[in-house]
Amino acid sequence: MPRDELESGGLGRRFDYAAAFTAGLLDPDRAPPDAVSGPSGKAAVRRYAVYRNNVTVSLIDALAANFPATLRITGPDFFRAMARFHIRETPPSSPLLFEYGRDFPDFIERYEHAQSMPWLADVARMEKAWLDAYHAADAEPLASGALASIQPERLADTVFEPHPATRAIRSRHPVATIFAANRSDGPVGRIEANGPEDALVTRPGLEVFVRHLPPGGACFLDRLMAGEPLGAAAAAAFAEIAEFDLSANIAGLLQAGAFMAAHQGG
Amino acid sequence: MNGLATRLASRLSKTSRFPAFPVLGLAGTSFKHEHLSAILTDEPNGGFFEVHAENYMGAGGPPHDALTRIRRDYPVSLHGVCMSIGGPRPLDKAHLGRFKALVERYEPALVSEHLAWSTHDSTYYNDLLPLPYTPATASRVADHIEEVQGAIGRPILLENPSTYVLFPESTMSETDFIRTLVRRTGCGLLLDVNNVFVSATNHGYSALSYLADFPLEHVGEIHLAGHAEQEDDEGDLLLIDSHDGPVADAVWKLFDIVTGRCGPLPTLIEWDSNIPDWPVLKAEAGAAQAILDRHASQMLEKAHAAG
Repeated sequence: MPRDELESGGLGRRFDYAAAFTAGLLDPDRAPPDAVSGPSGKAAVRRYAVYRNNVTVSLIDALAANFPATLRITGPDFFRAMARFHIRETPPSSPLLFEYGRDFPDFIERYEHAQSMPWLADVARMEKAWLDAYHAADAEPLASGALASIQPERLADTVFEPHPATRAIRSRHPVATIFAANRSDGPVGRIEANGPEDALVTRPGLEVFVRHLPPGGACFLDRLMAGEPLGAAAAAAFAEIAEFDLSANIAGLLQAGAFMAAHQGG
Repeated sequence: MNGLATRLASRLSKTSRFPAFPVLGLAGTSFKHEHLSAILTDEPNGGFFEVHAENYMGAGGPPHDALTRIRRDYPVSLHGVCMSIGGPRPLDKAHLGRFKALVERYEPALVSEHLAWSTHDSTYYNDLLPLPYTPATASRVADHIEEVQGAIGRPILLENPSTYVLFPESTMSETDFIRTLVRRTGCGLLLDVNNVFVSATNHGYSALSYLADFPLEHVGEIHLAGHAEQEDDEGDLLLIDSHDGPVADAVWKLFDIVTGRCGPLPTLIEWDSNIPDWPVLKAEAGAAQAILDRHASQMLEKAHAAG
């Protein structure tokens, strides 16, 4: 039997205050817990509401901080209403709030009132990738010229180790263009792009970079990040896109600092 | 080199990563990332900076770069916000491990946490939630403090909370509860003077009598912050510990009284939302420093007169 239960002489009476206190924290319709009161017999409805408000508002603020372009696109009222629903459905499970919102893009995809913005969930996915890259472990990227030392006949067997900050985003929408327009300080003009866009997110130094990936580039990068050798990854990209430009893609990824190391696969 | 010498050398090199700046009698501010370049281009302000530990628990990137640069020039106070020391459940070992790693990496001058809790049943509520004060909860909280202190190898400063509700099941006053924790664990205290004022107003007692009962001799740091005003169900004033504006006059007055009793302690201006430009925050710390300096010189004069 756990020590708590032995010490408290029963079924863990000391567990009660946290369970009772949290029951209504995310539910505005519940009365305050019986376990709390104001001083001298005063009521605790508005007093308990301070905690409820702190929890909900601070978590909405956390999502707003993590998804600034999504917020800018929807406007604050729309965003805060949407975030409130998400918080009630999926409150954070970790105290590291920069990790909060992993499930927010999927929520946005299902959110009734966001159906007229089918690209919004992918913008949020891009923002999550950006934030992951921002907090990822620091590492020196593989130098652009690194492949020069590998014998040409061994290139197909080369396996790349992704940089800890590297993420690939694939979208049926012009997600990189929309993201870029809404993460800068300037006014957002009319966005003319309308085709699908894939993007690379990484952070070779202190600054996170987002780059468009050329056709087939996301498939190629996904395969390389999964540990497939260069030859197999290129074959997969060619199968998807006949005009896949292998040398331009390799050069672009190396120049962006997408990898940490390259070695011969076995 | 033999094993002992190797261990000593590694310990020495570990302690020399950053300068061991003294922090006693200094006023400081919360460190906000948006102030980084203003702070680095400003002349050294002779104060200290406090950071919320959780914001530096990512693997790498700009937050660690910023804190490293700040720590090279200033003493740093590491302030944990979500250890849930006041909760009934066992501490999150992974979180404790991350906290320990930050203590080792940044060699903070001060390390603190809250008498509160924020996680229950794997949900993190992101607020400092209250607990009943009984011998049973005191024993549990003391276990948690000892666990943290054991992990990081040094005592922490425990911060008194601001609260909006009471637990009728409480059998101890907050000051008795805190006194018990200090006696049991050897922890120090972070006296948040704004929290004293907020809780005293909200629960209808005198802030001065709270301070008279508070074990001031164990205080190692002071917090000052702004609060907001609301109303409770009866239409009476309910203060909210909002950290979103300047320190109130009444809180400055209490701080003056506390400093007269405790001497000049490291004193932090907390400002966490509606964050002003760096010069405004710096000026607020300057106002605290002036009070600390006035008491320091008065104490010096008294010592001279007595000698």
